[in-house]
Amino acid sequence: MSLLSILGVLSSAIFSGVSLLYTTLGEVIDERSGIVNLGLEGVLLVSASSGFAVTVLSSNPYLGMLVAVLAGGLMNMILGYLVIHRQANQLASGLALMFFGFGLSALIGKPYVGAKINGLPRLPLPGLSNLPRLYTSLFSFDLLIYLAIPMAILVWWLLFRTRWGLGLRAVGENADTAFASGRDPRLIRYQALFLGGLLAGLGAAHLSIAYTMNWTEYMTAGRGFIAVALVIFSRWHPLRAIAGALLFSGAVAFQLLLQSSGVQVSPFLLDTIPYILTLLVLIAWGGNRKQSAPASLGRVYHGAE
Amino acid sequence: MSQSAEAYPRSNFSSWITNILARYTFMIVLAFLLFAFILLLSGKDPIQSYKDMFTSTLGSVYGFSEVLLAMIPMLITALAVALPSRVGLINVGGEGQLYIGAAFATWGALTFQDLPAWVLLPLMMLLGMLGGALWAFIPGYLKAIGLVNETITTLLLNSVAPKIVGFLIFGYWHSAMDTVKTANFVPAARLPTFFGTRVHLGLILALVLLALFWFFMTYTRWGLEMRAIGGNPQAARRNGIPLKKYLITVMCIGGAIAGLAGMSQVSGFYGVLLLNFSIGLGFMGFLICWLAGGEPIGILLMSFVVAIITTGGNMLQLTRDLPYATINILLAFTLFVVLARPTFFEGKKA
Repeated sequence: MSLLSILGVLSSAIFSGVSLLYTTLGEVIDERSGIVNLGLEGVLLVSASSGFAVTVLSSNPYLGMLVAVLAGGLMNMILGYLVIHRQANQLASGLALMFFGFGLSALIGKPYVGAKINGLPRLPLPGLSNLPRLYTSLFSFDLLIYLAIPMAILVWWLLFRTRWGLGLRAVGENADTAFASGRDPRLIRYQALFLGGLLAGLGAAHLSIAYTMNWTEYMTAGRGFIAVALVIFSRWHPLRAIAGALLFSGAVAFQLLLQSSGVQVSPFLLDTIPYILTLLVLIAWGGNRKQSAPASLGRVYHGAE
Repeated sequence: MSQSAEAYPRSNFSSWITNILARYTFMIVLAFLLFAFILLLSGKDPIQSYKDMFTSTLGSVYGFSEVLLAMIPMLITALAVALPSRVGLINVGGEGQLYIGAAFATWGALTFQDLPAWVLLPLMMLLGMLGGALWAFIPGYLKAIGLVNETITTLLLNSVAPKIVGFLIFGYWHSAMDTVKTANFVPAARLPTFFGTRVHLGLILALVLLALFWFFMTYTRWGLEMRAIGGNPQAARRNGIPLKKYLITVMCIGGAIAGLAGMSQVSGFYGVLLLNFSIGLGFMGFLICWLAGGEPIGILLMSFVVAIITTGGNMLQLTRDLPYATINILLAFTLFVVLARPTFFEGKKA
C-alpha cells in the first residue's frame, strides 16, 4: 500500500472525527455541571440542518456555521428550562429533546435536500506548499479542524483553571454545597448547557458544512450517543476527550485501511469498537470510584428552601 | 401524578380524577397549539391538518386499527422499562434489547421455515425473549456486582445492537434482491392479524403482559419483595431478600419483554428484518413509561395518545406534504408540556 493512500486514510479519519471532538467537549461541560444531555442527537441534527440551510441561502459557510452554533445553544436551553427550571427528569427530557430534533431538523432541512454548497474553505498548512499537489490537497484542512485541539485545551483551561470552572464543577459535585458557598447552581447550569450547546453546534456545523456537505434526515447517525459514550470513556475530562475522538477516528481509519488492503471486515462490527472499548474501560476502573462521574450527575437541584 | 394524588384526600377522589383529566387535556391542547404555530410557519393550514389527523385516526375503523397497531411496540417496550423500575433499575436499553430480540426471532424464522405456525411462532417468541434477556444480562450483572451503573451500560449497548443486526443482515441474511433486509418471512412465521386489519396478535400479548405485570406486582410475594427492593435495597437485603438475584433476574425479564417487542415488530408488523427498523421505539417506551409513572393504566393511556400522534403523522405526510419526521415535533411538544408540569393551571402548588 502506498504512502499516499495511507495519508488519504488519515486525512479522511480526521475529517470524520472532528465533529465528535467538539460534541464530546460540549457534553463534558454539560455533565461536569451535573446534567446529562441525552438529546444531543437531536441538538446535532437541528444545528446541522439549520447551518446547512443558511449556507445554501447565503452561500457563506461561516454564516452557516454561526447559525448552527447558535441553534445548538438554543436547543440546549429547552433542556435547561425543563430540567433546571421545571425540575423534570433529565433522561426523559433529553429523549424528548431528541425526538424534537428529529422533527425540527426534517422540517428545516427538507427544502435543501440535494442542494450543493461550497463547504468551509480549506486552508493549506503554510509549510507544505512545496510538496506535490496531491499531498497538499490531502492535508489542507478547514478552520474547524485546526481549532479542534486548541478548543479542547481551552475547555480544559475553563473548567480547571478558572473560578467559573471551579464553580461549575462544584455544582456538578454537590449543588447545595456550591449554593452555600455563594454560587447560583441554576445560573451556572444554564451557562454550562448553553456553552455545551454552542460546542455541539460547532461539531454539527463541521459535519454538514465541511465534511459531508449535504443534508439528509438522521444524518448524524448516532454521533450524539457516541459523544455521550466518549464523555464516559474520557472520564469527564476535556483533554482525554481528544483521545476519545482519536479512538473513533482510529476505528474509521482502520476500517478504511482494511478495505483498501482487501481485507473484508464488516464495517458494522468496526463501528461497535468505540462503544465496546468504553464499556471495557468502565469495567476496568469500575471498582475505583474516586475519579468517576460528577457526584450529582442526573440529580435534580430543588433550590435552597 | 403521585404528587397530585397525595395532595387530594381519598374522599375527594372524583374531584381528583377530574383535576387530572383537566390538567392532561390542558397540556395536550397546549402542545397542539404550539404545533399549530409551527404548521402556520411552514405555510400549512393547522385546522385542516388537525382535522385530517383526527379523521384519519379516530374517524374510521381502519384508522383506529392503525392506532392500535402503532400502540403494540409502545406498550411492550414501556413495560420493559416499568418492570425494572420497580426495583430501582433504570433500563434505557429497550432499543438495543428490541434489536437483539428481533435478530434472534429472525434467525428462528429463517432457519425453521418448514415448521407449522403453531410451533414456529412460540419458538420465535422464545428466541426473541432469549435475545433480549441475554442483552439485558450484561447491564444487570454489572449492576448487581456493583461495577457499572445500568443507565450507562444500557445506553452503550443500545448503539451496539443495531450494528450487530446490520452485520447479520449484510453478511448472512440479506435477500437476493436487497442488501438492507432479509427475505420476506414465510406465512407461518407471521403473527396472525385480526379482521382484515394490520393489527396482529402482538396486541393481545401486550395487554396480557400488562395485566400480568399488574397482577404480579399487586398480589404475589415476588411483587412485594420487588417493591421492598425499590423502596430501600439495603433494608430489603437485610430482611433476607436475595438482592443480586432479583436485580439480575428482573433486568433480564425486562430485556426479554423488549426482545418480545422486537419479535412482534419483525413477525407481526414488517414480516421481514430491516436494517435500522426501529428509530427510537425503545426510547419511546422509556418516555411513555416515565410519563405514566410506570403504572399499567397510565402506560395504556399514554401509548394511545402517542399512537394517535404518530399515526396521524402519516396523514400529514400524504395530504400536507410535510416530511413524516415532522410529527416528532408535535410528539416532543406533548412530552415537553407533560415534563414541565405546568402548575399555573391548578392555582396552587401540589
